[in-house]
Amino acid sequence: MTNAPASQNEITAEIEAIEADAAARVAARVAAGGSPELQPRRDYAPYRSSLLRHPTHELVRVDPEEVERVSPAFGHTDVNVLESDLTIQHAGEPIGERMTVSGRVLDGEGRPVRHQLIELWQANAGGRYVHKRDQHPAPLDPNFTGVGRAITGDKGEYSFTTIKPGPYPWKNHMNAWRPAHIHFSLFGTAFTQRLITQMYFPGDPLFALDPIYQSIADADARARLIGQYDHSLSVPEFSLGYRWDIVLTGPKSTWMESEGADE
Amino acid sequence: MSEPTPALQTPSQTVGPFYGYALPYAGGPELVPGHHPRAIRFHGTVTDGAGEPILDALLEIWQADENGALMRELGSLDRDGFTFTGFGRCATTIAGHYTFTTLKPGAAGAAAPYILVTVFARGVTHHLFTRAYFAEDAALHASDAVLRSLPADRRDTLICVSEGVVGGSDSYRFDIRVQGENETVFLDFDA
Repeated sequence: MTNAPASQNEITAEIEAIEADAAARVAARVAAGGSPELQPRRDYAPYRSSLLRHPTHELVRVDPEEVERVSPAFGHTDVNVLESDLTIQHAGEPIGERMTVSGRVLDGEGRPVRHQLIELWQANAGGRYVHKRDQHPAPLDPNFTGVGRAITGDKGEYSFTTIKPGPYPWKNHMNAWRPAHIHFSLFGTAFTQRLITQMYFPGDPLFALDPIYQSIADADARARLIGQYDHSLSVPEFSLGYRWDIVLTGPKSTWMESEGADE
Repeated sequence: MSEPTPALQTPSQTVGPFYGYALPYAGGPELVPGHHPRAIRFHGTVTDGAGEPILDALLEIWQADENGALMRELGSLDRDGFTFTGFGRCATTIAGHYTFTTLKPGAAGAAAPYILVTVFARGVTHHLFTRAYFAEDAALHASDAVLRSLPADRRDTLICVSEGVVGGSDSYRFDIRVQGENETVFLDFDA
């Protein structure tokens, strides 16, 4: 590693080399009845912060005990229903493209994850976080904090009202920009299902350039992070609607072949 | 209503550096108040592969109560100071340090008692699970499926250092080395 930050072209070349290698090996593995690559790589050099922050030992595979097979309980005594609207937290309206993000939280068998906690945080329309370590010179919006919480409903459903976040620069490499995204944090019925992830928007030109999105080497897997524009969810004269369903899995459900893989 | 259909899981993404105004909350690290007669201090430092503190990590713990029971009580986010829920969340300091105030868990099921620890951080693309066991339960460790399966030097990364009574409470130190020398054992439950 040199001290000079890499150029976008160098990062993109690294991303493409890893993807080509993954595509070949995953195709062979899936053809042999194995699993595609469903999660990001922990050791993903184009994302420089991962270099010293991934374990070098294999994770130790264990059967979950009762502690891991259950999850903390949350409810409306913890989360006010108004916390799902990020546009009403201040005296005025935030600047930006008003939108709703709605969907369902499901487990790997397609069952709803009911009455569980979803937390969300995001940059404002100018791509600036309220976080004090974010010193990107874009304006803060006095009417937008960018934090929401909700409890899923009986069908695992959720809905947030917010504004579309802007892309923003970061220092991974020269001229690095994150595609617009919303951070999501989710609990399932088992602690093994705990998930923190990011939702993206369709057609973002920054996808191919972004080492965080691309840390998921499988194209189909990373496409699961893209919310879909859904005109039926748009509210006339008010907001644009996006739909994003989130699938959590627990132990033994990472990948199930239809033809009798052993659990 | 159609039958549920299996679906592939949504991938993880890093928590990033800017969760600090969103995820930590008042009372998150205090599963019990510090003046609880059996409160323990559960703390440690999170370090990277260069031995440097990770100052933007977020830790969550989840555990049984003193009797080994898993709670279904609400109130983890809005604590009343009396209800033990078993869940806590703490961001590391600029020294990479975290501190929880909690109860020593009892054994839940067949495993020896432990606190489940989840590590999120910038640069960590998918959170890391580990378990913090207690040295005084050594008799139970011999039959614990995880501890039994590990070589001794790696097993020790999962056992808290007992520091005796500090400030009126039993203190347990559980340092987490994400990479490198004495790298902590991390667990994969997607067996």
